[in-house]
Amino acid sequence: MIAWTFYLTFGGAVLLLLLPRAFARWIALLTTIAGLVLGVIVFVRTPIADLTHFTTIVRVPWVPPLGMNYHLALDGVSLTMVLVTGISAVNTVLFSWDVEHRQNEFFFWLLLVVGGCYGVFLSADLFLLFVFYELVIVPKYFLIAIFGSTNKEYGAMKLTLYSFFGGMFVFVGILIAYVTGGSLDLNQLSQFEFSPQLQSWAFPVLFLGFAVLAGIWPLHTWAPTGHAAAPTAGSMLLAGIVMKLGSYAGLRVAMNLFPQGFQMWSKWIAVLAVIGIVYAAAVALRQRDLKFVIGYSSVSHMGFVLLGFGTANALGVSGAVLQMFSHGVIAALLFAVAGRMIYRRTHTRELDALSGMNLGRAMPFAAFTFVVAAAASMGIPGFSGFAAEITILIGAWKTFPIAVWIAGAGMVLVAAFTLRALKQSFFGEKGVQDEVTKATTVTTLGREEFNPITIPEKIGACMLMLTTLAVGIYPKLLLDRITPAVETMRFLK
Amino acid sequence: MSYLELLKLGSPEGVVVLSALVVLSISLVSKRAAACAFVAALGIVIAIAAVLFLPRNETLFGGMLVISPLTSLFKIICLALAFFTILLTQAEKAPRHPGEYLALVLLATVGLMLLVGSEELLMIFIGLELLGLSLYVMAAFDKSDVRSAEAGLKYFLFGSTSSAFTLFGISLIYGISGTTGLDAISQRLATTMVQPLLAVGIVMTLVGFAFKIAAAPFHLWAPDAYQGAPVASAAFIASGSKVASFVVLGKIVLIGFAPVHGSAGWHAMAAGWSPVLAALAALSIVLGNLVALAQSNVRRLLAYSAVAHAGYTLIGFVAGGRDGFSAALFYITVYAVTLVGAFGVAGVVRGETGGDDFSNFAGLVSRSPLLAGCMAIFMLSLAGIPPLAGFFGKFYLFSAALHAGANQGLLWLVALGLAGSFVSLYYYLLVLKAIFVDAPSLAAAKSIERIPSQLLQQATVTLLAAAVVFLGVMPNALTSRILAAIP
Repeated sequence: MIAWTFYLTFGGAVLLLLLPRAFARWIALLTTIAGLVLGVIVFVRTPIADLTHFTTIVRVPWVPPLGMNYHLALDGVSLTMVLVTGISAVNTVLFSWDVEHRQNEFFFWLLLVVGGCYGVFLSADLFLLFVFYELVIVPKYFLIAIFGSTNKEYGAMKLTLYSFFGGMFVFVGILIAYVTGGSLDLNQLSQFEFSPQLQSWAFPVLFLGFAVLAGIWPLHTWAPTGHAAAPTAGSMLLAGIVMKLGSYAGLRVAMNLFPQGFQMWSKWIAVLAVIGIVYAAAVALRQRDLKFVIGYSSVSHMGFVLLGFGTANALGVSGAVLQMFSHGVIAALLFAVAGRMIYRRTHTRELDALSGMNLGRAMPFAAFTFVVAAAASMGIPGFSGFAAEITILIGAWKTFPIAVWIAGAGMVLVAAFTLRALKQSFFGEKGVQDEVTKATTVTTLGREEFNPITIPEKIGACMLMLTTLAVGIYPKLLLDRITPAVETMRFLK
Repeated sequence: MSYLELLKLGSPEGVVVLSALVVLSISLVSKRAAACAFVAALGIVIAIAAVLFLPRNETLFGGMLVISPLTSLFKIICLALAFFTILLTQAEKAPRHPGEYLALVLLATVGLMLLVGSEELLMIFIGLELLGLSLYVMAAFDKSDVRSAEAGLKYFLFGSTSSAFTLFGISLIYGISGTTGLDAISQRLATTMVQPLLAVGIVMTLVGFAFKIAAAPFHLWAPDAYQGAPVASAAFIASGSKVASFVVLGKIVLIGFAPVHGSAGWHAMAAGWSPVLAALAALSIVLGNLVALAQSNVRRLLAYSAVAHAGYTLIGFVAGGRDGFSAALFYITVYAVTLVGAFGVAGVVRGETGGDDFSNFAGLVSRSPLLAGCMAIFMLSLAGIPPLAGFFGKFYLFSAALHAGANQGLLWLVALGLAGSFVSLYYYLLVLKAIFVDAPSLAAAKSIERIPSQLLQQATVTLLAAAVVFLGVMPNALTSRILAAIP
């Protein structure tokens, strides 16, 4: 049943090409809601015991001479990711309700990305997984280059080439696994004993290829530029889901197939992750563009995911998966406020300009949402970010105590830049700007009223806030399903 | 063997020749291009039917005419490509002498069929010449365009030189082995060592084919021919001629020269034809992709990318074996289908805006969403983006190459191919950026707001795009046939 998530999504995408634009947003909304509902139904109805192993759902021969199967499977980790994809997808549509320019095309590309993401999370065949993985790349280009803002063509091209660059390494890694392992079935391959010598070089090739998409330092630079250039829905999807494709595939493919290679290199993953956490947070502290701040915060948060992987124990890895879920929600919320609520109304994202507009009073709902999102992002207890990051840090404490100290310092930096962005954007004080900003302030305030926050925006924001709160208060809901699935994986020491 | 039986076995070729003559006679009495095209298309359809009725296996005159599942399959593919080329001639503004043009297309098709259906060096050479001479004229057919003349002349000069090389190589091979049948050659070579004379013979033969498939450094005719020739001719040069040349090249190296395979593995280079092809492939991939980056004309860009694609395809032959051969054939077939489609779109754009630079393509999506979408499919398939056929083709090729060499000896070639396709995404995206993102330039904006829908063109291009998607999603439809046809 879960496979219908992406059948419906791709079906909706095709419909968008055929039907007139009056239907466009409704088709997009209905298909994404259907995906989410399917995910929730499966989540509720599947017993936890069934989610410990990567259980086959569909398996039909596809290209028999090459051993390719159309093979889908599900376990706790992929179900978690399917769920967050569904939530984000619905919200991206809600927050692009006002897209007027080339509407059908916009939602077409959007649904392709969403469908591809579902596909990656459910594939149990290496070739199939790679098909979906690469399928996501090109729609991102069009989403950004056609519908984006600020330097959009550059951002789009950079992002696409980085993704494809990573894809090239993945391609090599997959070919090696296929040719030496003699199969493309992930479950069969994860039983195959690759020689340690092969693993020692094949693992970094494969993992690094995936990690480019996860924004690993120093290959993260596509992320802030791309996020800033993308339209709101694009940033929400990119930061929320697409970056998780990289980390998910790194876990599912690279770490599972080459466990010995992983153990050789896990220390270095942790090192890069910690550098990424601190470096991105420090850079975010100096940004003037609100979207760049959030873009760098994404890199920092993804650093926690990689750190969780680097710990190589069940707790750390489960925390990493939880962080993937949590950040998917939080990033969507942050970009929704910055890109949709603020930018669409004020036409600026410069923190200096925003601080003169007294947005906290002009848009109380947006301010409230941003406070919640910021709190979740900083890791305040009670929100999902805290639950995930604390799990990762406990896991890391067992392996690399020193990393915990540095990552802890990184969390302080995260809090610092988040509070800075929050203060300047919504609770800025008048009278500290120079004359020029004053002038713009006057003209903007001359209109005094911004368009009120619309109903779709409110629904979307509430949905995301409730999700992060629910998972923050009761993380067991997800961890009960993630941890057993992680524990059966082979790479644990 | 009676003549009647021979006629029966040669009926597909016979039908095509006959329809060429009919087209010529019609053009004497009628000036209507559509009538000629209809007869030509009909002839091709009948020839396809005739191929289907051939017996499964037959070898005549020591391999001069071979009928096997493989030759039948590729005769059908070549005929289908010719069919689409004929449709493209209708889409363009009619050439001055439509009858002669179509007759040339049909004669070139006979050349393709002879090439595909023969395992004997002399017959192969005759096929090559028949194909070449028709194509030279087709390239130069637009007499009002100086670029077309340039294309024809360049293609002719390089092509005739390459024929001389091939003939010289063939004569040396004949001198060593005393025969021209591929099977017999392979038996003789099995007992001889790689000697200098044989090496010269092999290299000369390969050089001739490298010209035909536009592998670097023998690609110099390609950019001008692709850019200057009439659209249908360029499409035919890029598709049918390529497919047939690759089929024949594959047969020559994998059947005729099988004993002197050599090795192109990184640590285990050994003399033979495979290191030669590996060097050609590597050079083509690097040069084709890098030079394509600098182009601003879509057809010229396609020409340089064609050089790179020839390089990828050669990797399949270097890998050798059943898998390598079938991967290369799958790849080149998909490539040919894609290019006919891309040239179809380029033809429409050229017809509307008078050129095929990026600026002519700018804003195509608002003028004709259908053509823009099809062009996106073609470009992305060439770049190797799933779920399109080009992606599966690359996966198949590269996995065959890794399977072949012991210890992944061909990994260097695969890595080079992947790096090349990474670079290629950039320039294909530039084309798509012009189509989808850029605003129409002044030159293009002057022309009509929307491209008037010409049913035939749009149907042809859509059909080809659908084929590319279909072969990407269901590659087994073609791979299983190719694999079953290769013994």
